Order: sequence, then C-alpha cells, then structure tokens
Amino acid sequence: MPKAGAKSTRAKQSSGSKKEAKGASEGKGGKAKGAKGEGKSRTPRGRPVWSGTLAFGLVTLPVELYPTTRPGGISLRMIAPDGTPLSRRYFCEADGEVLSADEIVRGYPVGDDEFVMVEDEELEALDPDRSRVIDLDVFVPRADLDPSYVQNTYVLLPGKDAATAYRLLVASMEEEDRAGIATFVMRGTSYPLAIVSVGGTLRGMTLRYHDEVRSPEDVGLPELETADVDDVKAIEAAVKALAADALATSEFQDERKERITKLVEKRLKSGKGVHEAPEEEEPSDDEDETVIVDVMQLLKESLGKAARA
Amino acid sequence: MSARAIWKGVLRLEDVEVPVKLYSAIEDKRVSFRLLHREDGVPVKQVMVNPDTGKVVEYEDIQRGYVTPEGRIVSLDPSELDELEPEPSRDIEVLRFVPPDAIEHRWFERPYYLGPDGDADAYFALAAALARVERVGVARWVMRAKEYQGALRLHEGYPMLVTLKHAEEVLPLEEFEPRSEKDLDEKQLKMARQLIQMLADDFEPEAYQDEYRESVLALIESKREGKKVRPKKAPKRPRTDDLTAALERSLAAGGDKAAASA
Repeated sequence: MPKAGAKSTRAKQSSGSKKEAKGASEGKGGKAKGAKGEGKSRTPRGRPVWSGTLAFGLVTLPVELYPTTRPGGISLRMIAPDGTPLSRRYFCEADGEVLSADEIVRGYPVGDDEFVMVEDEELEALDPDRSRVIDLDVFVPRADLDPSYVQNTYVLLPGKDAATAYRLLVASMEEEDRAGIATFVMRGTSYPLAIVSVGGTLRGMTLRYHDEVRSPEDVGLPELETADVDDVKAIEAAVKALAADALATSEFQDERKERITKLVEKRLKSGKGVHEAPEEEEPSDDEDETVIVDVMQLLKESLGKAARA
Repeated sequence: MSARAIWKGVLRLEDVEVPVKLYSAIEDKRVSFRLLHREDGVPVKQVMVNPDTGKVVEYEDIQRGYVTPEGRIVSLDPSELDELEPEPSRDIEVLRFVPPDAIEHRWFERPYYLGPDGDADAYFALAAALARVERVGVARWVMRAKEYQGALRLHEGYPMLVTLKHAEEVLPLEEFEPRSEKDLDEKQLKMARQLIQMLADDFEPEAYQDEYRESVLALIESKREGKKVRPKKAPKRPRTDDLTAALERSLAAGGDKAAASA
C-alpha cells in the first residue's frame, strides 16, 4: 500500500504526538524517505522522490531527485511468536474495517475528534508552480550553507534530452563556486532548496526555514564571556593533538547493528528460534540495496548518453 | 524564553573536560496531520496482522525477527535486544578534529546546542578555542541508550553538536566519475557563468518564510467553514530547445525572468 506508507512516514516525522500509531519498522524510525514505500509497486529500480523542472533564468530542464542516503539500522521484522512475519494494516476504529490505501485520507485536527480532510491534490494545488519547478533565482557562496539548516540531500538527474543543459549548470556553478537557491514543494511540505555542483552532478539539499532553527538567545544560552587564556590554550593543544585530514569512516559504523548481527549468527548456529520464512514473503526490507545500485546506474546512463550525442 | 536541556554530559578533548548540557536547536513547525478513514472521518489505527490467520496480534505478543538473505527468520526476544544496548555514560569523547569541508553536508542529521553545565569557564574557553582553530571536532557519545556520533562546531559563536549518519547510510556517490566537459559549448558556458554572477547574493535564511505552511492552514480554515476552494493553475514553463537563445535572453533581462519573458 504505497500511498499509506508515504503518509505514515510524514505523520511520524511531523510530530511526536502520542496517538500516532504509525511508524516504520525498527531502526528506520523517521528516516524512511517515502521512496521506499512508493517504489514498491512500480519499477524495481527505484523511483525519484520528486520530478519536475529546474529553471535557471529562462533555461528550463526536466530533472528527477533521488536520495543520496538511505535508512540505516538493522531491519527487524515484527513476527508472531511462531515466527510468522506480520503485516501492517490500517483499520477504522469506528467500524473495525480493514482499510486500503485509497480509503485513507489526511486529516487536520480542529477540535476534539473533529478533523478537516485534506487531499494530496489540494495541497499541491496550493502552490502548483513550486510543486513542479525548482526556480534558481539567487546564487550564494557555497560556504554560506550552514549544516544546521541542511535536512536531506538528493542527487538531481537530468530528464530526457536534458544532459547538455544539466552539464552546463554543473560546470558553471562549479566554476563560480556558488549554490543556487529555490523554494519548492515536495509531498505537501515546502522547503528552501540549495542546488550545488558536486563531483560532476547536481545535488539538492532541503533546508530548514529560519524560524525552525533556534538562535542561542531562543535557547537561553548565556552571553559569551572572555575565557581564560590558559584554558583556551589547553583546548587548542588538544585540537592539535587530535588533528586529522579526513573522517575515519570506521568510526561511523553502526555498532548496535554489529552486535545484533553477532547475536543472529550465534542463534543461527544453535538453531534456537530459527524459522523458515514463508514463500510469499512480502518485500519490505531489502529494497534499499536495489536503490543504491540504481542511482549509480541512472547517473551513468543519463550523463553518459550525452557523451555520445 | 529558554529551552529545556535534553541531556547532560562531559565533553572530553584529550584530558580537558567541559561539562555541558544539550539543547535541541530545531523547532519543528510542519503542519501535522492524522490519517483518517475517508468514509467516516474517524482516525485510523495501525495494527499488525498475522497473514496466515488474518488475526490481529497484540503488541505484547509481537517479537522481533531478523530475516536472513537465505530466507530464514531468527526470532529475537525483547530482553535479548535490551542486553545489547550500550553501556550508559556521560562522556562525549572528541576523537579527532578535521577541516570543515572533510564532512559532506549529507552526513549531517540534527543540530544540538551545547550550553554550560555549572561553572561556565571551560565552556567559554571551548567557544573561544573553536573560533580560533577553524576545525570541526568528531565526537561520540551514548545518549538515552543510543550511540551517536556528531560534529562539534560553532553556530553563531556557540558550540554545537550536529549528529552524523552512519557510514552505511551514506550512499557511495563519490565513485561517480564526472565526465570531461570538453564538449560543452564555450560561449554557453561563459553566458551561464555571467547569469550566475548576475544573480549572485549572500545567503539570507531569514528572507525565506514558509508561506506554504500559511496557505495549508488557510486552506484548512476555509474548508472548515465549508467554503469551496478553487485550485490555482500553474503557469506553463515550456522547456528550453535553444540553450544559447535562452541564455542570451536571460542575460539581456539582467536575470529578471518577468522582463525576459515579456
């Protein structure tokens, strides 16, 4: 049920409210990007999370956005005590009916048990232009992009016959060392979006709005006072001692996942609590792998074609 | 108005200790929806169903299972999983300091301000030192039974930890080899650069307001009052056939689209 999957992701991300019973499987909480659920019933090679037009002055080109990150953690299924994998279902509390995706709609609470139903199409129609167009109307120094504002990073791929215009943007933005800024709407949420040229591709970073990033005053941090010179020197010495040129990605391993994997291996050896999975296993957890291969493949395909053209 | 600290710890840089409190730097303002049954407008409930029996399985009876690539399922007890939780600790260990551009933006997850815990002398020294070194720290800590790694940097002069993703969550795009740009049209490239220069400005986050959020709330209000909402139509954007002509016209208009398309 692709539609409901995407909605539940949003609902989970958008608030921490107690009544929300939805969620992704363990280890994926809040990180699933919707591409996962939505891609399920479509093409096996993954679908863009957004597709539309990129506009630069009067130059326009079709583009598609793909994720550059994927949900991590270990995928654990919810299972019955006898080992049967369970399926997620939505049902109506009033009539007890199990619901399919098209019987579910978004609702905004306007009082006790009172909601206003809002259709996806209505949300899109609020700003149809920005739901379809990324309009780069200002180019800022790349260094101005503050990590506290960055949410998710996507890679942009050129649509049909757009590779030349795409590569022109890649080259000119790279040489000017600037990022293009636009505001766009994706799945009922609008974001400032920064487009940057990285390694021969355009990347799109969704940003937070200014009023979503607290200032030190908002948090109530004290005014900074002059520090003791020796204290500062001690910290500078520590920085020097710990200096390195690059990240050590070995320090970015998911240790919880490693521990669970070890436990799983032990249990597979002993055979305790090991069941055969039923044949008609619902696809759910192994799709991320497909998406990775595909983004690389799509990049090669769409940008390689121009070379021969 | 001040925010509440979400956690307390001790930042350790070699043998220097800085007692700190963590505060969320983010205030989520997205409009939040519930899922409803379209027919009767009643909120839906999510349940886990055993597909063999069609019966709902109660939460306390649900176990976790790891599915192996060979199609076997290993069931794991909640108590077994609890045992694998990391040892609680108050230490935020700074492992190394790297140049700021060593961390690609897509690694970043969520920013937390650091504030002083108790005596603020070490905290002020930390802020002053970070301003001088122009490097970003990489730190690890365990918070609420979960392991985190984060970047230690300054935001508006104040120390901040931005949590970072795990290595496996960041797709290996670096391996993509950009193709040579030799076949790009020199004239077009020059015009594209000129257009960027024309549209160049500093980034001003405060200039962006979430007008869309306002219109979502306005839509909800009108629907509540029973008003008909007429959808807006998007202006058409024909795709560019002639790159050179489009660039020329954009430049002639000084980057101003309205003037250019007139």
